[in-house]
Amino acid sequence: RAYHGDAVATLGTQPDSGSSVYQKSLALPLNHLHHFLKYLAKNSKARTLHISRGKLLPRERIDNLIDPGSPFLELSQFAGYQLYGKEEVPAGGIITGIGRVSGVECMIVANDATVKGGSYYPITVKKHVRAQEIALQNRLPCIYLVDSGGANLPWQADTFPDRDHFGRIFYNQAVMSSENITQIAVVMGSCTAGGAYVPAMADENIIVRKQGTIFLAGPPLVKAATGEEVSAEDLGGADLHCRKSGVTDHYALDDHHALHLARKVVRSLNYQKKLDVTVEPSEEPLFPADELYGIVGANLKRSFDVREVIARIVDGSRFNEFKALYGDTLVTGFARIFGYPVGIIGNNGVLFSESAKKVSTVKNLCCRKNSLILNQVRFMVGRDYEAEGIAKDGAKMVAAVACAKVPKITIIIGGSYGAGNYGMCGRAYSPRFLYMWPNARISVMGGEQAATVLATVARDQKTREGKPFSSAEEAALKEPIIKKFEEEGNPYYSSARLWDDGIIDPADSRLVLGLSISAALNAPIQKTDFGIFRM
Amino acid sequence: RSMKHAATPGRNITRVLIANRGEIACRVIRTARKMGIQSVAVFSEADRNSMHVDMADKAYCIGPAPSQQSYLCMEKIIEVAKISAAQAIHPGYGFLSENMEFAELCKQEGIIFIGPPSSAIRDMGIKSTSKSIMAAAGVPVVEGYHGEDQSDQCLKEHAGRIGYPVMIKAVRGGGGKGMRIIRSEEEFQEQLESARREAKKSFNDDAMLIEKFVDTPRHVEVQVFGDHHGNVVYLFERDCSVQRRHQKIIEEAPAPGIKPEVRKKLGEAAVRAAKAVSYVGAGTVEFIMDSKQNFYFMEMNTRLQVEHPVSEMITGTDLVEWQLRVAAGEKIPLSQEDIPLQGHAFEARIYAEDPNNNFMPGAGPLVHLSTPQADPSKRIETGVRQGPTSKTTETMIVGLHTNIDFLLRLSSHPEFEAGNVHTDFIPQHHKELLPSRSSVAKESLCQAALGLILKEKAVTDAFKLHVQDQFSPFSFSNGRRLNICYTRNMTLRDGNSDVAIAVTYNHDGSYNMQIEDKTFQVLGELSSEEDCTYLKCSVNGVASKAKLVILDSTIYLFTMEGSIEIDIPVPKYLSSVSSEGTQGGTIAPMTGTIEKVFVKAGDTVKAGDSLLVMIAMKMEHTIKAPKDGTIKKVFFREGAQANRHAPLVEFEEEAE
Repeated sequence: RAYHGDAVATLGTQPDSGSSVYQKSLALPLNHLHHFLKYLAKNSKARTLHISRGKLLPRERIDNLIDPGSPFLELSQFAGYQLYGKEEVPAGGIITGIGRVSGVECMIVANDATVKGGSYYPITVKKHVRAQEIALQNRLPCIYLVDSGGANLPWQADTFPDRDHFGRIFYNQAVMSSENITQIAVVMGSCTAGGAYVPAMADENIIVRKQGTIFLAGPPLVKAATGEEVSAEDLGGADLHCRKSGVTDHYALDDHHALHLARKVVRSLNYQKKLDVTVEPSEEPLFPADELYGIVGANLKRSFDVREVIARIVDGSRFNEFKALYGDTLVTGFARIFGYPVGIIGNNGVLFSESAKKVSTVKNLCCRKNSLILNQVRFMVGRDYEAEGIAKDGAKMVAAVACAKVPKITIIIGGSYGAGNYGMCGRAYSPRFLYMWPNARISVMGGEQAATVLATVARDQKTREGKPFSSAEEAALKEPIIKKFEEEGNPYYSSARLWDDGIIDPADSRLVLGLSISAALNAPIQKTDFGIFRM
Repeated sequence: RSMKHAATPGRNITRVLIANRGEIACRVIRTARKMGIQSVAVFSEADRNSMHVDMADKAYCIGPAPSQQSYLCMEKIIEVAKISAAQAIHPGYGFLSENMEFAELCKQEGIIFIGPPSSAIRDMGIKSTSKSIMAAAGVPVVEGYHGEDQSDQCLKEHAGRIGYPVMIKAVRGGGGKGMRIIRSEEEFQEQLESARREAKKSFNDDAMLIEKFVDTPRHVEVQVFGDHHGNVVYLFERDCSVQRRHQKIIEEAPAPGIKPEVRKKLGEAAVRAAKAVSYVGAGTVEFIMDSKQNFYFMEMNTRLQVEHPVSEMITGTDLVEWQLRVAAGEKIPLSQEDIPLQGHAFEARIYAEDPNNNFMPGAGPLVHLSTPQADPSKRIETGVRQGPTSKTTETMIVGLHTNIDFLLRLSSHPEFEAGNVHTDFIPQHHKELLPSRSSVAKESLCQAALGLILKEKAVTDAFKLHVQDQFSPFSFSNGRRLNICYTRNMTLRDGNSDVAIAVTYNHDGSYNMQIEDKTFQVLGELSSEEDCTYLKCSVNGVASKAKLVILDSTIYLFTMEGSIEIDIPVPKYLSSVSSEGTQGGTIAPMTGTIEKVFVKAGDTVKAGDSLLVMIAMKMEHTIKAPKDGTIKKVFFREGAQANRHAPLVEFEEEAE
């Protein structure tokens, strides 16, 4: 073989870090993110009380559960942000994420009892169910660190009756258990009413003495129903459930002991991760990740070469580009991230017909080979393009996205509008994971376009009615729309509602992708069948 | 007289049996090899893998571990000597080295005993006899009572006559056993009984002698050497004043601050002493010396001593070689005038003991040992290697408490450097030599925490090599979290206090460690050199390198300044006995035999009550109740063996 036979040209250029645009861009998204992070670390009375009882905070529980010093891929930290008016529900009242426990990648779901006693708001339910969905898709064993009073009663209408409400949690447990995805529950606090099913439906469970309780009806309800006064510990404590009822399997002295036992349970699963892909030794990119802030910036109208982003994410900044000269508003190709093979699709401007066709081909190739990532900007609409048949080509792209069974991971690094969101694997297309950068925007179209559309419609109507339409009227009409779109397209608005799996620091993108791919590869890669492509 | 006792002088020695083990056996084997003499080792079943067995040309197993059935078993050793056709037996020190019967037995069997004639051993072995011989030979002796009448009354009267303080000693004793210093009449009876008990146990003879006790004396001893031709020379003196439990810690030759004329007088007195008993071979005449450099004969050790190397160093001789030559009938290689006195030498003894716990002896497996390289100015005598259970070792030792740090403090003490030594040196300077365990510097705690984290990482890295998915970022040990920094709350145990360390994992691989109100920037890495792991580490920009050993929940760091030991608290759920049961004195401080049990299950005790008595390393230890409470269980019966740290007594759990 020739000496250079296997070599791949590297990608990326050094940015002019002294330029004012770079400098200005540098600060924006991060400041934004850090502002919101303060909200995550808030101290509260409930926290102090929780700690004084000798209990660990939910993130500390996770720290002690996963392998020492190993990373933790926390999901949807901004869930519930400004969702319930004055009621603050940090992280949606539940911490979810993927971490290694005794060498096995597990989905960890930990109630946060410092948020309204760990009770389930609608967003809490959604986050819990989403974590289970990820676990099911990627075949990750689940560990539930239970410390919750059950459904939040004032919100019962939005947590109890519907398909994806509270009951879905136990449905998922049953389904996953039947598919041989281990369910482990650690009862570290109360586990009331429906919540009692979490340990009861687990494959193996642990309870902490004088701390964990399991009952369908708590002492207040018992008193209301029968007048009987009974302590929580006697009604459903560790001693009762480990010695008499047999509901729980392992008896722990405290939080640390319980987590230690959980690690032992995972260890005894005899689980072996089998990869369906080849791996190669991983290599750092040639360029530092924090340059991404300067390159991308917060101004969505400023264009940048998506190859510069790829160069800061993939192994050795090596990217095997596919169809570089065809449909060049879309960059496609193959690379490795932490040694895992990936296909990458990145927007480099608006999508045209040929870009859409190119994506369909790449998706086909990826399904033959490996996993893929999508980065997206926006779709172009207009008469010329319609004539070219973009709807048809776009549809091919959407179909390819929908049907591809290889793990798909999406990061929204800029504006994700309308059909572009579909074609580039938005939430509706079930990517295994979907993350957003803090500068990203997501809406059916840009705020200004939307305002202009509405203004045009209004003007047309006025014209038909023979009424004037002043520019002041137009501005008054447009302004609230622009504002509304700006607010609702914001990643924090999106993440608060769990339209994504979290807002990530752009500099963490490589790590987040690596962890997500690693997690995704726990499930065998299914064979893909495509539907009818309209030619 | 000397010719009569000599065992066929003039016989060539081509093969020597060494009736000993450990460093002295190795020492003799080395010299024998140098001289072209083959060596035969003997070993007990427990010492099968010992260094001396490997070094010898031939080795024979002579029985089970207890020395009574092996190294002290004369018949077996003689038998091996015959089988292996060794012409001579070197007894080393300890064991049979000063056993008159053995010397005699060798003679009868026609084997050369490398040592003095049995008569000399006998004469010097009984202290009362030796003193009268010495007095007759004009060697100054200390006033005392060496009489036959051993009644309490008589001994007490003599003690009064000599004047307190006095020292009572077992007549057949040695090594500080069966010896007590009595400062007043009131304590005489109690101390006498205690000394007798110990003597009875150690020597099966509780006869006592009494001596004037010289306060803050120096212990000075002269190395002498005699041959079968009536020649005796001296190889100058050693100062062995610094002692603990009446055992030597540091020996120095020549003794510091001795006037030349006193040195000559000392040497000549020692030669007179040796000649008085027709001494042959290597021997040591011990004197005590008062502050005016008056000296008095104490006793003579009729063997090669542990500390002989310091004399060799200052005279450029090999005393084992001399022993072998003289045993073969040759004359002493050098005349008195030709023996040079050059330089100064020290010997430090590293004991497996815990200076912070009243020099309590330790025993257990030696897990890690490394010594400096020997060179002409440095000698290392060791009979142990990493691995087997042992009692004495050198330099960097893990698994056992040792006196190394104590030796470092001792040798750098200004009074020691000035030569102002005496036998009360350690009690006098106790405060400086044995500072109460001060808390470890925060920087060192950071090092220990880093060592632990990096060791964990090494384990993770080793684990991932076994899996197909090697490069997954989940197997990193970088503690990465999304959008927040991971702060790990660690607890380390420094002595008896827990120290909380908040370790924040930074993205660049460094750590911020917060202890109380101070924060340190820490980074570093582990490196392997030969079998050792080193921790290269920077704490707030100060770089250091330390040897790191982590063993059984304890982190050991060895640096130029000494060693640091920090425990990793074991969670309650991992300790098998309830935590109350393992607290304080209810675990065995060392491996030993349970001598007496004072309590039984159900007994109520008060803190400080004696629970049981252990015997370990020939010393008694009373285990006391750490707190008030009721005994739940006693784990051992009298006569049973308890391993170090084995729980001895469990208390009832108190109602919560």
